[in-house]
Amino acid sequence: MTTLPIEARGLVKRYGDITAVDHVDLTVGAGDVYGYLGPNGAGKTTSLRMLLGLIRPDEGSARLFGRDPLLEGARALDGVAGFVEAPRFYPYLSGRRNLELVAALDGDGAEYRIGEALDTVDLADRAKDKVGGYSHGMRQRLGIAGALLRAPRLLLLDEPTTGLDPAGMRDMRALIRRLADQGITVLLSSHLMTEVEELCDRVAIVGSGRVLYEGALEELITTAVGRFELRTTDDAQAAELAAPFGEVTQVSDGLSFSGDERTAAELSIALGRAGIGIKALVPRTPTLEELFFQLTEGDR
Amino acid sequence: MSSVAVPRTATASARARRPGVVTVYRWELRKLIAQKRTFIGLGSALAVPLIFVIAMVADNDGGGPDDLPFWGLVTETGFAVPLVCLAFGAFWLLPLITSLVAGDIVATEDHNGTLKTILTRSVDRWQVFAGKALAALTYTAALLFTYVGVALLAGGLIWGFDPLTSLSGTQITAGRALLLTGLGTLAYLLPMAAIASIGVMLSTLTRNSAAAVVGTLMVSILLQIVDAISALDVLDPYLLPTQFNAWQGILREPTDWDPILRSAWVSALYAAPALGWALTRFVRRDVTGG
Repeated sequence: MTTLPIEARGLVKRYGDITAVDHVDLTVGAGDVYGYLGPNGAGKTTSLRMLLGLIRPDEGSARLFGRDPLLEGARALDGVAGFVEAPRFYPYLSGRRNLELVAALDGDGAEYRIGEALDTVDLADRAKDKVGGYSHGMRQRLGIAGALLRAPRLLLLDEPTTGLDPAGMRDMRALIRRLADQGITVLLSSHLMTEVEELCDRVAIVGSGRVLYEGALEELITTAVGRFELRTTDDAQAAELAAPFGEVTQVSDGLSFSGDERTAAELSIALGRAGIGIKALVPRTPTLEELFFQLTEGDR
Repeated sequence: MSSVAVPRTATASARARRPGVVTVYRWELRKLIAQKRTFIGLGSALAVPLIFVIAMVADNDGGGPDDLPFWGLVTETGFAVPLVCLAFGAFWLLPLITSLVAGDIVATEDHNGTLKTILTRSVDRWQVFAGKALAALTYTAALLFTYVGVALLAGGLIWGFDPLTSLSGTQITAGRALLLTGLGTLAYLLPMAAIASIGVMLSTLTRNSAAAVVGTLMVSILLQIVDAISALDVLDPYLLPTQFNAWQGILREPTDWDPILRSAWVSALYAAPALGWALTRFVRRDVTGG
């Protein structure tokens, strides 16, 4: 069996003159915890909507476990669950009643998973209350519970921690981690880099509707051009000497320059010859945040 | 599935019993029962005949729209009350309370974003639409029978269940009058279903509950205006207001089936394209609300 949980090719969605999603390819393998990272308005939600068959792409196609939601309708979502934007429920029904409703539309014994799902998201106590009285965090958790009723092999989550308080975010991430550990493939859309760094092993970084990087998170970080922080006895002259080696910027208590270890060695010799003492030369691994801005900067 | 940790997935058992239109329909009814709007509609269907009866009791000097069928019989037998109520309900009351739910049933889910919730489960879009349309029609039938039932009961309790004089001038026994009232109500349901279908269509197309409710009422009133323009009398047999009078054929002796047959196909001529258009739009549209 080689059918991938998600295989999207050349997805395009335009709204008038604006191209919300611009030839996006996504390949998510079984067991991946895949980060779909980009600033707000990068087209993440639109992409997810196309994956779930809620909107029609103008070009390209999406397949979930080899099935196209546009061609096969609800059957393409077998084994798939998730939500786009905030999960929505009927405010005039209780949490449990809402889950009973979606479970009825799932079939496949989904109604027998309601109790377990409520326990998993810690909502069993409030299940009898109307959703209209739920906090934002409770609705997010109910959304996860609703997804779990489908016993998914693939979970699509759109900014699941947005609007949660710090404790809520921590709990939500722990829950996603647990679900991933159970073997569920997860596509997590997020604009929070720490979140993606914490949870995901593969990422697609998007900006203005285009995929700017796709691959293993680790690879992105190790192959990226490193930076070094440098403090010397004469920063002004050091900056001049460092300029041919790479890009140099002034930071609060010294200099920062881009380069690898060889550049660092060559620069230290040059500094010594010029009679400039090195107080500190510190390699800095780029954070995902820095990489993200490197990738998206040329984009704005 | 070899892995122990992976949850049970949708396999053969899912295909064996996938949910369908009936499941959607059942839950649409449950949603209606949980919403205030439904009871505002049903409450009006219950209150208006009562108010009418009370008004008639308070002011029994007569005087009123003599052109309404059975108007002159109201204080003689309770059987005349639901028939008069059917006659005046067609102007705006029944179209309004029908559209209150029919115009809301798709648009409100669009607006609240719950459409995406139910469209990412295991039912296809056409099944969701069919369940919703059926639920709207069921509500329409429920409010019509509530309306007629309350009128009959209140009228009968005050003026008795005495024999009724048919539109042909013959006497109808109480038992037969009850049967004919039921049949007349069913005939009345035909144009009501057409109104409900227009409501569902506008609900789907406008994605706005208020616009759909008002729009449906406007369509109904516009058709009445066209109906009233004598220069356009040639159109009358094909307008819904004419079909709202078809039930009177049941209250003739012998029964006049022609207007009822006409009502059936003319109402279908309104309902089928409305539902068809709405369905094709619903199946293909982008769901972005909420």
